[in-house]
Amino acid sequence: MSKNKFAIFCILSTTGIFFYACQSEEEITYARYYTAGKQLYEKKCENCHGHDGAGLAMLYPPLTDSTFLKQNKEKLACYIKNGLQGPILVSGKNYEGIMPAQATLSDIEIAEIITYITNSFGNKQGFYPYQQVRDDLQKCRN
Amino acid sequence: MKKLVLLFSAISFLIACSNEPKKLPILGERSTKDTLINGKVLTDTVYQTIAPFRYYNQDSVLISNTDYDGSIYVADFFFTTCNSICPIMHRNMLTVLEKYKGNTQVKFLSHSIDTKYDLPSRLKKYADKLGIKGNQWQFVHGSRDSIYDISAKNYLVSAYADGTAPQGLVHQGWFVLIDKEKRIRGAYDGTKTDQVAQLKSDMDLLLQEYEQK
Repeated sequence: MSKNKFAIFCILSTTGIFFYACQSEEEITYARYYTAGKQLYEKKCENCHGHDGAGLAMLYPPLTDSTFLKQNKEKLACYIKNGLQGPILVSGKNYEGIMPAQATLSDIEIAEIITYITNSFGNKQGFYPYQQVRDDLQKCRN
Repeated sequence: MKKLVLLFSAISFLIACSNEPKKLPILGERSTKDTLINGKVLTDTVYQTIAPFRYYNQDSVLISNTDYDGSIYVADFFFTTCNSICPIMHRNMLTVLEKYKGNTQVKFLSHSIDTKYDLPSRLKKYADKLGIKGNQWQFVHGSRDSIYDISAKNYLVSAYADGTAPQGLVHQGWFVLIDKEKRIRGAYDGTKTDQVAQLKSDMDLLLQEYEQK
């Protein structure tokens, strides 16, 4: 490798590292939420909703209905924390059943789960901060 | 020349051995039985078999062990409101059903261990929601004693009521493979996809045994 080429290589890799390190604060928080949310999902949600979020026949609804998740974004925290009793319309089908409450989850854990679900299985809603959970939970009692 | 013949026969012997179809083991307890035939004592091995049973299925029809005569079947223990391992088990069981759908030699039998609440009407709702039609896969309700008894003593699956468990009931997620003679030929963790894949290939092997007869 000539001296010139080596210099170019060095410059390129430094700028690369620089750009990579320059992930914004929110991107890093998002990544942290997403990873933690995945682990929580595997523990608390995956049995019924499945590894790929496909649900199980008419027993458990899928998490792949992006429109449903968008329209009910402010209610997702309530659903997770307090549970949910059907019927609910997901992907054009009526699901009747009971989703158990997860009352012991903290606000941040709920935010992590919502961030994971709404950005997996074909969904792309972006970051969901934990402060939002407190606001949303206050509204669901009405 | 002698050496060559010996080598040749050794090779053909080895090839013949590898052609022997693999057979599934017979599990459970066994005992021996001596019978006197023409003055000779013949010893037979008696294998553990599933005891006769009578349960109500999801259509409120009383079914019994004779409904499973002439077919191999997969048995498991679950309850309809279970949200721990049951959804995973039945998600996996669906893939097994899919493989053998319409095969009259293959059946499925799920026993509810929630004998108080999982009455046939509840089992029907569950089967409907799971998309199960017909009677290849039956969901059955029985008395508490009979279900807990048959699970422990016959299918060797542990299931019991435990007030300290989150849902009050504890059970293992085994899929138990039973042959046409009602003997246990395999047990597979129904929550693990690799073991469910093993079940499917073992079912093929078991079905082959009957084709050769």
